[in-house]
Amino acid sequence: MIQAVNHVALLPLYAAAGTALLVLVVELAFGRFHLLTATAGGVATAVCAVAVPDHAATFCGGDLCSWTVTPHAGVMTVIFAGLTIGVLALSAPALRRGLAPVGEFCFLLTCSMTGGVVVAYAGDLISLIVGLETLTLPLYVLVGLRRVRASAAGSSAAVTFFLISVVSTAVALLGAALLYAATGALHLDALVEGSGPYESLAAVGAALVVVGFAFKVAAVPLHAWAPATYDGAPVPVAAYLSTASKLGGVLALAAVVQRLDTGPLVAVLAVLTMTVGNLVALRQTRMVRLLAWSSVAQAGYILAPLAAGAAGVQAAYAYAIFFVLLEFVAFGAVAALRGPGTDGGDLDDYRGAGRRSRWPGAALVLAFAGLAGLPPGLAGLFAKVAVVASLITAGWGWLAGVVAVNAVIALAYYLRAAALLYAAPQQPVIHLADTAPAVVLDPDLLHRAPSVSRTVLAAVTVAAAATIAAGFLPQSIFDALSG
Amino acid sequence: MIAPTDVSSALQILLLATLALPVVGALVVALMPARLDRGARIVATAFAAVTFVVAALLALPTTRDFGWFDYGGTGAPPVAPWAEVDLAWVPALGIDFHVGVDGISYPLVVLTGLLTLLCCGYTVWKVPAGGSGRTLAALLLVLEAGILGTFLALDLVLFFVFFEVVLLPMYAVIAGWGGPERRRAARKFVLYTLFGSVLLLLGVFTVVAAAGTGDLLALAGGYGLSRTTQCVAFALFAVAFAVKAPLWPLHTWLPDAHTEAPTVGSVILAGVLLKMGTYGLIRVGVGVAPEGAAWAAPVLGILAAAAIIAGSLVCLRQTELKRLIAYSSVGHMGFVLLGIATLTVTGVQAALIGNVAHGVITGLLFFLAGAIKDRAHTGDLAGLGGLRESAPRLAGLLGFAAIASLGLPGLAGFWGEAFAVVAAVERGGPLWITLAVVAAVGGALTATYFLRLLRRVTHGPATGAVTGIPGVAPAEWLAWSPLILLTLVVGLVPALVLAAGADPVAALTGALR
Repeated sequence: MIQAVNHVALLPLYAAAGTALLVLVVELAFGRFHLLTATAGGVATAVCAVAVPDHAATFCGGDLCSWTVTPHAGVMTVIFAGLTIGVLALSAPALRRGLAPVGEFCFLLTCSMTGGVVVAYAGDLISLIVGLETLTLPLYVLVGLRRVRASAAGSSAAVTFFLISVVSTAVALLGAALLYAATGALHLDALVEGSGPYESLAAVGAALVVVGFAFKVAAVPLHAWAPATYDGAPVPVAAYLSTASKLGGVLALAAVVQRLDTGPLVAVLAVLTMTVGNLVALRQTRMVRLLAWSSVAQAGYILAPLAAGAAGVQAAYAYAIFFVLLEFVAFGAVAALRGPGTDGGDLDDYRGAGRRSRWPGAALVLAFAGLAGLPPGLAGLFAKVAVVASLITAGWGWLAGVVAVNAVIALAYYLRAAALLYAAPQQPVIHLADTAPAVVLDPDLLHRAPSVSRTVLAAVTVAAAATIAAGFLPQSIFDALSG
Repeated sequence: MIAPTDVSSALQILLLATLALPVVGALVVALMPARLDRGARIVATAFAAVTFVVAALLALPTTRDFGWFDYGGTGAPPVAPWAEVDLAWVPALGIDFHVGVDGISYPLVVLTGLLTLLCCGYTVWKVPAGGSGRTLAALLLVLEAGILGTFLALDLVLFFVFFEVVLLPMYAVIAGWGGPERRRAARKFVLYTLFGSVLLLLGVFTVVAAAGTGDLLALAGGYGLSRTTQCVAFALFAVAFAVKAPLWPLHTWLPDAHTEAPTVGSVILAGVLLKMGTYGLIRVGVGVAPEGAAWAAPVLGILAAAAIIAGSLVCLRQTELKRLIAYSSVGHMGFVLLGIATLTVTGVQAALIGNVAHGVITGLLFFLAGAIKDRAHTGDLAGLGGLRESAPRLAGLLGFAAIASLGLPGLAGFWGEAFAVVAAVERGGPLWITLAVVAAVGGALTATYFLRLLRRVTHGPATGAVTGIPGVAPAEWLAWSPLILLTLVVGLVPALVLAAGADPVAALTGALR
């Protein structure tokens, strides 16, 4: 049988995969221009995603297609491409210093972007899982990829991440297999509840798929890998993990839960995820770990509307988009405040950082406010409003209440971190041998603001501007999602 | 003669300008370079002044359209705002940018404009230690925008959005420019009030999901919502606003926040920020869920009476000046809430005038307390003895404000408290009569603790702390005299506040019958 392939519908995939290949070729042929190629490829991918006509589809058997162009797929592809370009910009100073091999880095990141594109457009469970694997597989390497081995943290983080991810994929595949055995359906549009003797088999299959995908969004109790991995990875890679990788997981979850009734399971995951994430984040003393636990909690807010099934999908997408923007601003600001090649550091290292570096500090405050769901981070406020509104409308008032209470807990640690940025620097004391400790009169001499690379600054500025724009015009995102 | 359409479009521009000016001002001031710090504070004051004038002009059409006491015999008066702007903002979430001004919100809008102007002017003269003056001035303008937006919003979700805007700026003002315990106090403030506002969020969407609209004008009077929905919504609203107002026993954030906040922060906090709670209870709580309000009124009334007594009793034992004034706010807001709880026209009007009077008088009291603490470097009442000897004018002003606050007839504080009690008596029945008696006893206690304060502070020999302190500076006279004047004017002509509010109040409470 010869299948007609609609190449126009596949344009975003061609652009993304082509970029990855091109980066490889450029690496071999020139040994430079990798960043430029990867960035241009990211832009091309975004342009293709916008250009593809809505409701195009390909790889169809009858009415069911494995590659479907939906409004949200286009939006998500643009976001995957944007995040890839942003992470390239954040990594540029470290790459220029040769802290990691440039060619490999760019190739792996664009491969991961390709996986994101596949997840966005996937029309059946197998494409979805393959896309998700393509999205995360390069990240195992990226987490540990550095020329100079500073500590064991990077490699142990990479191994943890790899093992957990393989297990979760296996679980998801088992679930898909059980679903197929029970209902004969693999295409997302054909997913149905099992009936008759296969009902419980299908239910187990659906639950396993949800659990497998929940690993990817780091939902409690399947979250243990996230904080260690984020903290061990370079800051830009951690940014990618907590935005693009999480977005992929959300897309996969949304694809399943809007068609199968997994409400109770997802609700339990959501409550656990946001509560545990927020409570543990309260006690963190390292910046990236704090962000990691907060992003665990944020995954809970995204899961909450998914408990309501199809009614909550739009709100979950909207929340995910606002969250990804804010999270990227947060990681970008951390990268700007810390300088290339360093990790996120302790919270105490940020004391007074906002006074020294005015704009990155302001960006971090904007991100924290948004993640807490408060103005001036209007984007975050609307994200929370969308989630609560959809939950109440769908009759899940109690879950909306849990979200609301968690928002209060979360504010406590966001405030602690944000206030530290503007706290007066402690008078540092230098201990010299055999003499009284010398008090440093001008602490600014010790804590000079690191000079921020222009690419990092540009990435943070663009992301912050996008966040502010999304905060004032949230309707544009809702419109784009509904086509 | 101006054509009516011109009037309304001019008013719409004024309305938008009222909200836009503080925001623009805050941006301009925040972006000015550090070396122009004083210039930036003057610019902020100029923006606040223009905002105040624009806000005051919003009342222009009413002076012509109807007289001060034109109650009319046209049956149920509509809750039509004098001016409104209605733009779609986020249809997906049901948010319209719908703002408007009417007799209930107007006095509070003008009060907000006035207090922000005075506070910005005050920062030109004196910046509290902690941070740069221009940042403080910019934060004051952001606060103003948020508060004005809350008072002007005619869309339920928009109301919530503006309600949230003030949280972090107020946190920053307390945490950045406050006293020694500022971080803890600021954190307590922001976590408490966020807890209140997430309940508000739940309430807002309970209503919006049931009614399918967030338009406060359409929702006024219940909109045919089921009794259960109204009760749930009102319970959420009541707790949310009770945290903000604050109502005993949810008040514990207030004394800490006031004690640690810088003078301008305390003035804004007590003067207008707390009013967002009582205003919300009238506009949103009673307006949207009247049946729920009727259901919860006895509980609200009992808590309000308890607040009056508890606030007064705590005040009797306070030894710190700002803490005492903060606790007195708990008592005063108890009177306001008692007025609202009666759900009668008299009660709600008493609440409105009590709101404004408390804003003016407590604003003045916090200015004075700040001035005294700055000079004497102590807020301890025992350490402030004999202030009258060393700074007679300052002591005299403190006496005036204290007497106004305890509700002497002829000054602003009298009307709200007296008529809250009258309204409770009018409501009748053993419960409300008892509450009226309790509130009246609380009023007497108020007099006791303010007189105790005056005896401590102004009489006796001068202590070391107050000896040789400077008198009232011209800048301070400038900041305080409008408040002194308003205390007198509102006390003598309460109709200034009430006249325009009569129709909308009648419409809101009329929905009950």
